Amino acid sequence: MAGRLSLRATILVVLLVSALFLLPWVAGKYPVYVAMQILILAVFSVGFNLLFGYTGLLSFGQAGFFAVGAYGCAKILLAVPNLFLGIAGGVAAAGVAAFLLGILSVRHTRIYFSMLTLAFGMMIYSVAWKWRDYTGGDDGLVGIPRAPLEIPGVVSISVAAMDRYYYVVLVLSLAAILAMYRLVRSPLGLTLQAIRDSETRAAFAGVPVRKYRLFAFTIAGLYAGLAGALLPPLENTVTPPIAHWSTSAEPVLATLLGGIHTFSGPIVGAFLFFVIKDVVMRFTEYWLICFGVIVVAMVMRFPSGIMSIFENRKRPAAPPVDDRRAPGKTGTSGKT
Amino acid sequence: MDLLRIEGAGKRFGDFVAVNRVSLTLPAGRLTAIIGPNGAGKTTLINLATGAIFPDSGTLRFKGEDITRLAIHHRIRRGLSRSFQIMNIFARLSVLQNILVPVLARRGRTAIPFHGMERETEAVAEARQVLREIGLLDHEHDPAGALSHGDQRLLELGIAIAPAPQLCFLDEPSSGLTPTERSTVLGLIRKLAAERHTTIVIVEHDMDVVFSLAEWIVVMNRGEVLAEGLPAEIRENRAVREVYLGEEFSA
Repeated sequence: MAGRLSLRATILVVLLVSALFLLPWVAGKYPVYVAMQILILAVFSVGFNLLFGYTGLLSFGQAGFFAVGAYGCAKILLAVPNLFLGIAGGVAAAGVAAFLLGILSVRHTRIYFSMLTLAFGMMIYSVAWKWRDYTGGDDGLVGIPRAPLEIPGVVSISVAAMDRYYYVVLVLSLAAILAMYRLVRSPLGLTLQAIRDSETRAAFAGVPVRKYRLFAFTIAGLYAGLAGALLPPLENTVTPPIAHWSTSAEPVLATLLGGIHTFSGPIVGAFLFFVIKDVVMRFTEYWLICFGVIVVAMVMRFPSGIMSIFENRKRPAAPPVDDRRAPGKTGTSGKT
Repeated sequence: MDLLRIEGAGKRFGDFVAVNRVSLTLPAGRLTAIIGPNGAGKTTLINLATGAIFPDSGTLRFKGEDITRLAIHHRIRRGLSRSFQIMNIFARLSVLQNILVPVLARRGRTAIPFHGMERETEAVAEARQVLREIGLLDHEHDPAGALSHGDQRLLELGIAIAPAPQLCFLDEPSSGLTPTERSTVLGLIRKLAAERHTTIVIVEHDMDVVFSLAEWIVVMNRGEVLAEGLPAEIRENRAVREVYLGEEFSA
């Protein structure tokens, strides 16, 4: 757990990142578009997994913050065509929403937390649906410009072309993932993992548990907001379904596919999510059924996710840690 | 100096009175054992003292300050710590990380993001010192969940002393241990009490442990303090023998 990436992992990451930077030169529009979707889901899932895999809180309401980020960015871009402002505004709005709803949500854990977040997420969905004057109701917001990256009077870079916008998504996603990689290895990351393993013990180690849960919830909200804010300039529209609970399920599924206890799990999972979706959709419009079957099969075969295969090979003496102690299960005695 | 003063503390769960108007003073430097039959209220008393639950009545004073309704992590920071009867470690973290959490918490460094653990050299050195004291330094990189039961109990003890408490409650530190492991734990408790200037209060079922370790014994029964005194006095106390020790000491 300690230490840095192995040589092999470093080479792999360098190759992958180089490939991502070269992608628009070697691939057509569609692969670039899918790559953006994968990156957005990867950011969304990495934030989600800070809550789930690292802090032990399963949120079913992340779509709410994704939508706040998306709508926030869209509203700003419609008023002020500046991509910096749009994305920053969307992220900030999602962070504020997550902080406020987090205060209420982190008072509970396990299924109660999951249900609360589901309810809050659906509340945001109804707002997106019903507050027609502001959100456009079921029509959503349309004609969102892929505005230039602009610092007024200093620089203005047009990213209107899909290839160029791809680099905005790529750079921001990589930066966000790198920041998360640092975070989970910091004292803060360690503290969150301690809370996951035993909240009672963490409290008796001197950790104000609720405050740290709120940290994690807010950060996950910021990541959901960033993922959401990257979407409207890509699609030029935002509609209420992005706030629906089924959007909340996407990072859950991606993370389960990739593995909750490895940092790369949610990223690999986001990739698999779109690959499976893309392949299955060619054969049937009921792709979700097939997708569900695949997820169930994978989770039964690899309960700790795809990435756990590599994890175990690296460390032959795999820890006989009981997987039932995974997120949700908390300390023993005392008040929770 | 009186470290902890419990005055008239009471706690009921529904109709069951777990702790009934208990008053107890724990002076610094005296290794105290709390004994009593199952359901006597020993663990509830620890839970009250350490903030796991709040009392329905009564007050708690730690170093003269009222801590009756103080949150757990604030009590830890003021120097009041505990271990658990049921194993309560961070199973997925490494042995070193288990100790690092309380050490970082005491140093107020748990909120630091984006900066690797290798920069926390002082905290790591302190945590490794604790591991050296409890004899788990060889296992520092092992996942805590992979340790043997005995080593997990030692680690539990390590997490309890890592915040450098002045007063530390140990809830059945020797339960489920082999005789060898038990004597290791006992030796360790003695050593920690002496070297770290930590006042230790143990809750124990094992009378051999209690009488070999304790300088003062508090006997609880049905949520009340039945008697307290020096080990020799408790051994001779009629009421205690009738209620609790009866068989073991009648011979």
